[in-house]
Amino acid sequence: MATSTWRITRRLLRQDWRSGELYMLGAALILTVAAISAVGFFTDRIETGMIRQGGELIAADLAIDGSSPPPQDYLEQATRRGLVAARTLEFPSVVMGTEGPQLVQVKAADAPYPLRGRLRVQDGFTAPERTVEQGPPRGEVWVEARLLRLLGEPLGAAVGLGETRLRLGAILSYEPDRGGGLFQFAPRVLINAADLPATGLVSPASRVKHRLLLAGDLAAVDAYSAWLKPRLPVNLTLVDGRTARPEFESALDRASRFLHLATLVTLLVAGSAIALASRRLVERQIDAVAIMRCLGAPRHLLMRVFVLRLALFGLMASLVGCLVGWLGQLALVATVAEWFGADLPPASWRPVAVGVATGMIALLGFAVPPLLQLTRVSPLRALRRDLGTPRASAALAVLGAALALALLILWQARDAELAGKLLGGVALTVGTLVLSVLALVRLARELAGRARGVWRLGLAALTRRPTFAVLQIAGFGLGILALLLLAVVRVDLLKTWQEGLPPGAPNHFLVNIQPQEVEPVRAFLHGQGIAQAELFPMIRGRLTRINDRPINPADYENPRAERLAAREFNLSFAERLQTDNGITAGEWWPSGTRAPAFSVEQGLAETLGIKLGDRLTFFISGHEVAAPVTSLRKVRWDSFNVNFFVVSPPALLGAEAATYITSFHLPHAREAMIPELVRHFPSVTLLNVDALLKQVRAVVERGVLAVETVFLFTLAAGMLVMFAGIQASLAERRTEHGILRTLGAGRRALLGSLAVEFTATGLLAGLLASIFAELTGWLLAERLFGLQFGFNPALWLTGVLGSGLLIGLAGTLATYPLLIRPPLQTLRQAG
Amino acid sequence: MTVNPVAVVARAQGLGKHVTGPSGTLTILEGLDLQVQAGEAVAILGASGSGKSTLLGLLAGLDSASFGEVWLCGQPLTDLNEDGRAELRAGRVGFVFQSFQLLPTLTALENVLLPLELTGNADAASRADEALGRVGLTPRAGHYPRQLSGGEQQRVAIARAYAPRPAVLFADEPTGNLDQATGEQIIDLLLDLRTESGAALVLVTHDPRLAERCDRRLRMHDGALEAIQ
Repeated sequence: MATSTWRITRRLLRQDWRSGELYMLGAALILTVAAISAVGFFTDRIETGMIRQGGELIAADLAIDGSSPPPQDYLEQATRRGLVAARTLEFPSVVMGTEGPQLVQVKAADAPYPLRGRLRVQDGFTAPERTVEQGPPRGEVWVEARLLRLLGEPLGAAVGLGETRLRLGAILSYEPDRGGGLFQFAPRVLINAADLPATGLVSPASRVKHRLLLAGDLAAVDAYSAWLKPRLPVNLTLVDGRTARPEFESALDRASRFLHLATLVTLLVAGSAIALASRRLVERQIDAVAIMRCLGAPRHLLMRVFVLRLALFGLMASLVGCLVGWLGQLALVATVAEWFGADLPPASWRPVAVGVATGMIALLGFAVPPLLQLTRVSPLRALRRDLGTPRASAALAVLGAALALALLILWQARDAELAGKLLGGVALTVGTLVLSVLALVRLARELAGRARGVWRLGLAALTRRPTFAVLQIAGFGLGILALLLLAVVRVDLLKTWQEGLPPGAPNHFLVNIQPQEVEPVRAFLHGQGIAQAELFPMIRGRLTRINDRPINPADYENPRAERLAAREFNLSFAERLQTDNGITAGEWWPSGTRAPAFSVEQGLAETLGIKLGDRLTFFISGHEVAAPVTSLRKVRWDSFNVNFFVVSPPALLGAEAATYITSFHLPHAREAMIPELVRHFPSVTLLNVDALLKQVRAVVERGVLAVETVFLFTLAAGMLVMFAGIQASLAERRTEHGILRTLGAGRRALLGSLAVEFTATGLLAGLLASIFAELTGWLLAERLFGLQFGFNPALWLTGVLGSGLLIGLAGTLATYPLLIRPPLQTLRQAG
Repeated sequence: MTVNPVAVVARAQGLGKHVTGPSGTLTILEGLDLQVQAGEAVAILGASGSGKSTLLGLLAGLDSASFGEVWLCGQPLTDLNEDGRAELRAGRVGFVFQSFQLLPTLTALENVLLPLELTGNADAASRADEALGRVGLTPRAGHYPRQLSGGEQQRVAIARAYAPRPAVLFADEPTGNLDQATGEQIIDLLLDLRTESGAALVLVTHDPRLAERCDRRLRMHDGALEAIQ
């Protein structure tokens, strides 16, 4: 029997292919898998690329930092594993120009530097930026624009650095690994490491930060990292590109959440298309099954044939879906190509496995339960067509779909809590949708009783088959919901995200402001028209204990936690909560409180395992300060406002030695005020974060583009659901129209009734979809992304009217051919 | 009544069928007895709604009786569930329907192959070719039902019915959808193939001229059968 199962399956599959019976199901499945695998391929590549891109933030894939050069053995091991290496040394020094000495931060780099990312330089203040592969040649020094201004020297002039003189070769406008210790730098000076001995600035006793940069094949980097970690002494630190900067992590994490969300929405919508298409497939298979049962096919054979047929079909469709997904990810990758350059590594095979598994699970959940009803077809139907079709088990269909969805959402969301919420949301949405449709159908029935002519015919058609109406309106509703979500998420939500980084986001930081300079700085900035700059106190402190547990960096497995535990924090004190912060647990202290308290940034608390009520002890300027954690805060690091991990009431830290910090936006046209500022406040350090801001803004913009691209799949799935709905309704009304026409109903009357029926369906679906789109948008913004969400009245107008128009028109046009065909032909086809 | 299980291919004893509808219980068959010998051609006549097709369905095991017993190819059907009845039919029972009932998405040859493959027949392909050749449709083997005339479709259905060499063939109004001339050709073919294969033929029709060409004629009336001389 196994051979015959295989033979019949093969024949039926060939027949499916030729007849187009499975096209709709195939399209729905391909779309689902394409969306999942496109995002899979994309995130897979991005994750690997991120290591490289994160690598760009340290100009390598891995870096070993220390106050002395790393052992020669490390370099030899790296070379043996095929890694490329470069050394950099950083130290503070002084450059001598005609205007006198200027404090600078020197970086001396080997020729291959940077190993990841590119340097950008300018040949004059107003000259365009150009990208260069390597650092300055011997005898040359590249400096930041603000230093050139302070030096008062033109490019080409020679300046003194230690015992040697170097030519000012170019303005260094971008340095990939400039981040990290953002607030500790004086203006940057970049020289070739070969010139270092001539300066005489570095001796074994000098305070120099040595860095060994390494880059190469990902596997080799991972292997090297695994080899190195257990050997690394405490005075050396391993820096991984993956965890290089929190502001990037924040933006990328958000982009990745948007992408996964878009995929889940596609999955939901395409799932409905799969369910609708399966229902139609079942209807078209009933006669064939009845005949086969007559010819002696037992139920188990038919079951085997159907399951095998679906599995093979699912496998093929999933593979095609993966191919489409692969092509789709090319479009996604194109959106970030500028950012990643040619460095984006190829995708792995994992998304193919994920895609195929998703396809099969979706098929099993959505399509197998309706197909199971086929095995209950009586062979007697071959003799008597009036027997009708066996009723589908609604419970089984719901159970199958729910199980498949639960599995897929849990898998995709990779977070049980998020998956639970999403599933709850979906169950609530579908439940409410069905109940609302039933109520609306009842209302339509009332109206049909009072209406006349085409109105009566149209509304009656809508209410005659309540189950079908519910299915159809729910299907249309989901389709419209997908389109509206596109508007809500794509436009509103993404705009909200982008607005987090408005054009006026701070691009300059002033750090190291002494307490006595606070008022003069404020007055100076005010005089320059920068009134909004707020000055915050900043106190350096090391976390030494959480409750009675001493902090030991080695206790943390997470490298970020390890790094945070090892370093000094910037603490602050404040009466009021910063406007862009939000309390997530506990309460902010009352004004004027004397009680000791700390408010901790939520991410830091999670990383270091700090809970509300824990007692933190900091070591500040030679003594310990302890207080309980009374609140946790959410901070938007990518807003570029000044923010702190830990804040206390003024009573606790107000007496500690503090410097002040502020950030403000300075348009390019007004950068001329910078030399004046530096002259007025020589000890204050000015940092221009324009380049970094540009990078983060690019991440957001590219992220938005990528999400929009993924939403195209959702859009296609939405269209498919509507098409499937119309197709299903076409089959339902074929006989009816044939009979009505035979009885003499005019084309115009039938066309009118169709228009009424579809427009009413569209309006109802649009109304429900608008409600759910707005609710979903609000929930997503507030709960998932921590963004403020604005209600959008235009959405309702477009949702309800647009849906009525779209479905009314599409449905009427699709059914129109039934009206122009001779009734006999229509009846024959239906029979 | 004693029965030789080899000689009798289908038998009904005290067969009854009731259905419950909105207007109460409706009796379609009432205490019906019938015996079909191997190789015999039996015509069942009757007006529309007299229960001919219901009897055919019960004899072929497509439906279960309200009471009474049916034996098919020597096996009592009451002991079998629906799958058991299907397995019993496989290869032993052929069908020809009024509306042909070919699978629209399979070619003529593939339609004939279907019952052979369902029974796992080793030489399915050659037997299907042979059967299609016997009904004169070899040149149309690759055509789909919609590309064939009504008569040709019914010839494919006959080839499909005879290809597994069944013991009994049930035909439900096989000429009902055809013109008179084509109908007669179809009957010729059915009876010729019956003679060649030695299979019994149970033919349900309301056309007395077709019935006359069978060995035995029975009329369905008030849920019971009476012989026509």
